[in-house]
Amino acid sequence: MIGHGGGGRLSQQLISNLFLKYFGNPILNSLEDAAIVMLPQHKIAFTTDSYVVTPRFFPGGNIGKLAVCGTVNDLAMRGALPLYLSVGFIIEEGLPITELEDIVRSMAETASTAGVQIVTGDTKVVGKGAADGIYINTAGIGIVDETLNISVANAQPGDKVIISGTIGDHGMTILSLREGLSFKADLRSDCAPLNRLVKELHRFSYDIHVLRDPTRGGVASSLNEIAGSSNVGMIIDETSLPFKPQVKASCELLGLDPLHLANEGKFIAIVAESVADNVLEVLHSHEYGRDAVIIGKATDSTRRVALRTYIGSTRIIDIASGELLPRIC
Amino acid sequence: MHEVELVQLLISEIKKCGQPFAFMEVCGTHTMAISRYGLRQVLPDNIKLLSGPGCPVCVTANRDIDTAITFAKIPGLILTTFGDMIRVPGSKSSLAGERAEGRDIRVIYSVLEALEIAKQNPSREVVFYAVGFETTAPSTAFGIMEASKAGLKNFSVICMHKTLPNALRALLDTGDLGINGFLLPGHVSAIIGAKGYAFLAKAYGIGGAITGFEPIDILGSILKLIRQQTAGPVIENEYRRVVKDNGNQAALMGMQQVLTACNSDWRGLGTIPCSGLAIKADWQEYDALRRFEIELDEPVEHKGCSCGDILRGIKLPAACPMFGVACTPENPIGPCMVSSEGSCAAHYRYREQ
Repeated sequence: MIGHGGGGRLSQQLISNLFLKYFGNPILNSLEDAAIVMLPQHKIAFTTDSYVVTPRFFPGGNIGKLAVCGTVNDLAMRGALPLYLSVGFIIEEGLPITELEDIVRSMAETASTAGVQIVTGDTKVVGKGAADGIYINTAGIGIVDETLNISVANAQPGDKVIISGTIGDHGMTILSLREGLSFKADLRSDCAPLNRLVKELHRFSYDIHVLRDPTRGGVASSLNEIAGSSNVGMIIDETSLPFKPQVKASCELLGLDPLHLANEGKFIAIVAESVADNVLEVLHSHEYGRDAVIIGKATDSTRRVALRTYIGSTRIIDIASGELLPRIC
Repeated sequence: MHEVELVQLLISEIKKCGQPFAFMEVCGTHTMAISRYGLRQVLPDNIKLLSGPGCPVCVTANRDIDTAITFAKIPGLILTTFGDMIRVPGSKSSLAGERAEGRDIRVIYSVLEALEIAKQNPSREVVFYAVGFETTAPSTAFGIMEASKAGLKNFSVICMHKTLPNALRALLDTGDLGINGFLLPGHVSAIIGAKGYAFLAKAYGIGGAITGFEPIDILGSILKLIRQQTAGPVIENEYRRVVKDNGNQAALMGMQQVLTACNSDWRGLGTIPCSGLAIKADWQEYDALRRFEIELDEPVEHKGCSCGDILRGIKLPAACPMFGVACTPENPIGPCMVSSEGSCAAHYRYREQ
């Protein structure tokens, strides 16, 4: 169990027995007040995010893996090659040390898979009840590939909209485990670091216009953000949207729109029409892009995202409001 | 035949009818499906679809929401309910607002979870706020029987269930609504059976079609209702793969064992005799309304909210001056904008291009 320490011996023990054991590298091992890192170029991408997911462990990942993937993916979405992460833990007194070790080990494995180093960090233990188990903040630095110009504001009319795989897996997995909403289905979070897959797309250079990972708020929010920032409209083909059958079925059961569910291992790519098929081919050759499909295209500047249903009508895809709650009948 | 082709065929048949007809759906899941698939767009202008009192959250009267809120304020009590009820505004606040104030209000998906919470918290009163039509009432009855079997002493139910047939009767009694037929609910009918609607055709001369939830089901029923306009009103079961004439006997027997008909307040329709379900005296220890004494202020209706008219099908959501302006899913004023199955929420969320 983690006790409430004042920054003394306990913190020292955590650092040497746990964090250095798993995260260890020459920069972190020096335990300086700040890490000094080498950057080969001037243009860097820099991002931060905090993770508070409950439950902390879920099929396909845990809060630690999520914290590494989330920040790595945010960097990748700007065309950056992620290099260094910082990690901040806020731990509630009483968290089992074995649980913390599982989280830390998973973070180290994910960082290694993604090819990033954790070079600085911080830990605070707070009193029982002052936090819910563990919160993790990660920040990341990446080098921007200057042969790219990727931005949420770059979608052009005529561009193709691609999703890298099935929609809603993470959100439905977490929802299915929530207290008071327990139901059993063969669900698994898609939580994964996407930087290596995205790097494969760098060869398309300026033809990659937008990359966005549809995390909280889901695909619906991301598409609306892109349409708003780029001043384009979008038309999405309902029949092309990829869903795992169990996610679709769970959504039907709960009355939820899978386009509102979070994803943690998927991205939306808006690309020039001329390269769309080649982009798909590259995505299909990678394990995290095997189910990639074109789901629609960008249109003139209506800034509205429309869905063409399978019966031929259209409706708008709106962003989700409020909590995602089940319906009752 | 491929599903899309079948849909096109149904639409072209419906388009052959040039006369104006209005059909009403009385099930929140139909409201959702019609909006979600954009069915109004593919129908000709002469066919109007109206939403009736089919969303269990929407038809819950302010007083009943105030009741739940009053329970939630009892110190130490755990109030459990279905998700959609949480954000519905009562006279002064909502359960979501009370939860933010620190009341212990938990969203559950099934009454069995409320029983589990009661088992895990033996020193606290656990109250299940039960709303919904005949689809959810059997599970509430089952939950009470389970609580009795398990000897739970800290579990009770605020039973606010409603039943549909008498509400349809009351709706039609309010005057000529210009409805030419009903799309009858698939889920409710699966419990009560197709027989329960015979009075619609006999007493009111209005036919109906028990309908599933896919575009084919809904369009197929619309075509049946159009044909009834010349052939005469009957109750047709277009959802035979699920709905039997006599319904689900096991569910009905469970309901009859624990619950009994009572008067019920409906938003927009007022008090309707024998349109609600109360807990029978034999099971009164599980009846939260008898177990606790609560005092309620007179409910306050929201000024300018058109939910009552919308639930009777005499006003469309867009005709409400607050729709999409003062009243949005982020900031709902009336329940029809809160529930995912509410007519206003469905119209807002899936508004056409």
